[in-house]
Amino acid sequence: MEQIHFSRQRAWLEHLKTRRWGGEGEVLRRKAAKEVFGKCPGCGAMAPKAELARALYVCPSCGHHHPIGAYLRLSMVFDPHSFEELDEKLIAPNVLSFPGYDEKLKAARGRTGLSDAVVTARGRIDGRPVVAAVLDSRFFMGSMGVAVGEKVTRAVEAAGKAGEPLLIFSASGGARMQEGILSLMQMAKTSAALARFSAAGGFYISYLTHPTTGGVTASFASLGDITLAEPGALIGFAGPRVIEQTIGQKLPEGFQRAEYLEEHGFVDQIVPRSRMRETLSLLLKLHEKEARHGRS
Amino acid sequence: MDGLKPEERVALARHPGRPGTADYIGALFTDFFELKGDRQCREDASILGGVALYHGRPVTVLGHRKGKDLQQNLKYNFGMPGPEGYRKAQRLFRQAEKFKRPIITFVDTPGAYPGLEAEARGQGEAIASCLSLLSTVDVPVLSVIIGEGGSGGALALALANRVLMLENAVYSILSPEGFASILWKDSSRSAEAARLMKLTADDLLELSVADAVIPEPPGGAHEAPAAAFQSVDQALWGALRAVEQAGDFAARRYDKFRRMGL
Repeated sequence: MEQIHFSRQRAWLEHLKTRRWGGEGEVLRRKAAKEVFGKCPGCGAMAPKAELARALYVCPSCGHHHPIGAYLRLSMVFDPHSFEELDEKLIAPNVLSFPGYDEKLKAARGRTGLSDAVVTARGRIDGRPVVAAVLDSRFFMGSMGVAVGEKVTRAVEAAGKAGEPLLIFSASGGARMQEGILSLMQMAKTSAALARFSAAGGFYISYLTHPTTGGVTASFASLGDITLAEPGALIGFAGPRVIEQTIGQKLPEGFQRAEYLEEHGFVDQIVPRSRMRETLSLLLKLHEKEARHGRS
Repeated sequence: MDGLKPEERVALARHPGRPGTADYIGALFTDFFELKGDRQCREDASILGGVALYHGRPVTVLGHRKGKDLQQNLKYNFGMPGPEGYRKAQRLFRQAEKFKRPIITFVDTPGAYPGLEAEARGQGEAIASCLSLLSTVDVPVLSVIIGEGGSGGALALALANRVLMLENAVYSILSPEGFASILWKDSSRSAEAARLMKLTADDLLELSVADAVIPEPPGGAHEAPAAAFQSVDQALWGALRAVEQAGDFAARRYDKFRRMGL
């Protein structure tokens, strides 16, 4: 699928370059260009979408990491043919009977093809098994409601039961407003599950991507044995606007960005997407249980 | 006190005369010895905690502290802790487990402080670590929501075997103003938000987030504090004895929160 898509884009690029344009044709050329070129929100540079895809959706000009969906992330990380989704169909009811929420959920599901804001799966990275959870900011800003809390907790439990490492990519605006207090309780549930997993010797890598805020930051995202972050990711508890309102002044440049967190001691390393897979592979190797080497 | 609208309960929960953590500690406990500081950075006075005797036996007691006037509120940061407050709480939780003392917390905060220094020192990490630790300590943990239970800043002290709520206390994902601001970009619609949020004690009892509702004197706890202290004491003492009798404190607490949601 992906391959076909690329070649069609390449054909378009050639077509756009070779044809003569002018007058009204210019409008068509500009509009057509939008379909094959993506504008970088970081630097404004236009890059062919195919090239962007090959660069793992990192801007070739400025290195801006474009947000990516959960399945795309997993396809970049897992070995081919090792993906096995967990709790794919798990959804939560409109727990507080919040007006309009059912319709919004339905629309988000239709638009993204996701059941809720997290995908959990088992897979392998360079042959080593791992249980992964990936939050997807396209679905209600990756906010944590009951379904996200339950799926993350089940992923933690699955990793614990199988004796496998756990990998969570966070990307979240925080709590799911429409699920109110039960959304808050997911912070307790996921944190408790991770404490139990950790006490049993489980290894957990928390990978923070843009943006990771609110209740997700104040629970599972901050409880990794190792914490990694993508360059430039916004990471914090309170959002920048709330803080500006509270303190009544503009925030300094770079505040709450991944680099700022690394500087303040809350991130082990900033790992760009180009080194994501090899870094995870190395960390899994370094934490492999001795029994697997046959040295026990 | 039946028939109050949720937004009226919010106003009562925030009433400046409402008894706070310091009042409950003074009335229900004896021999309170305050423990200050997080041993890393500073003392955060917005959380008050220490060791005391409760019905004659040692317990660790702590809670969010609001001021009664502007001067006090500036000192206590309006009951909004920074990471140092949550790290002090963790220190107290660890001591409680070491000395096998029950932990009693009083919850009364608009939320964790959303400030620049708080972020720089890891507000999110401090709350997450509170939750992680509180889920594992193998002593009884009891929480009383006495006023405002706002957001993760409240939950950090409320991952308890029993969560008791005063009749006019509220407990929610964030303030009704913040909720209205996020959902409708209009913080003035807070009354409407309060009605949708299911934040009253009765709502939370129904959702099994609260385990019991403690009745307040007519007009609210501030109208007759002595009566409020007596009701809280009665409920708290009963809950403590029930939790102790059941045993397996950490395991039962885990199971309780594991069931939250689905």
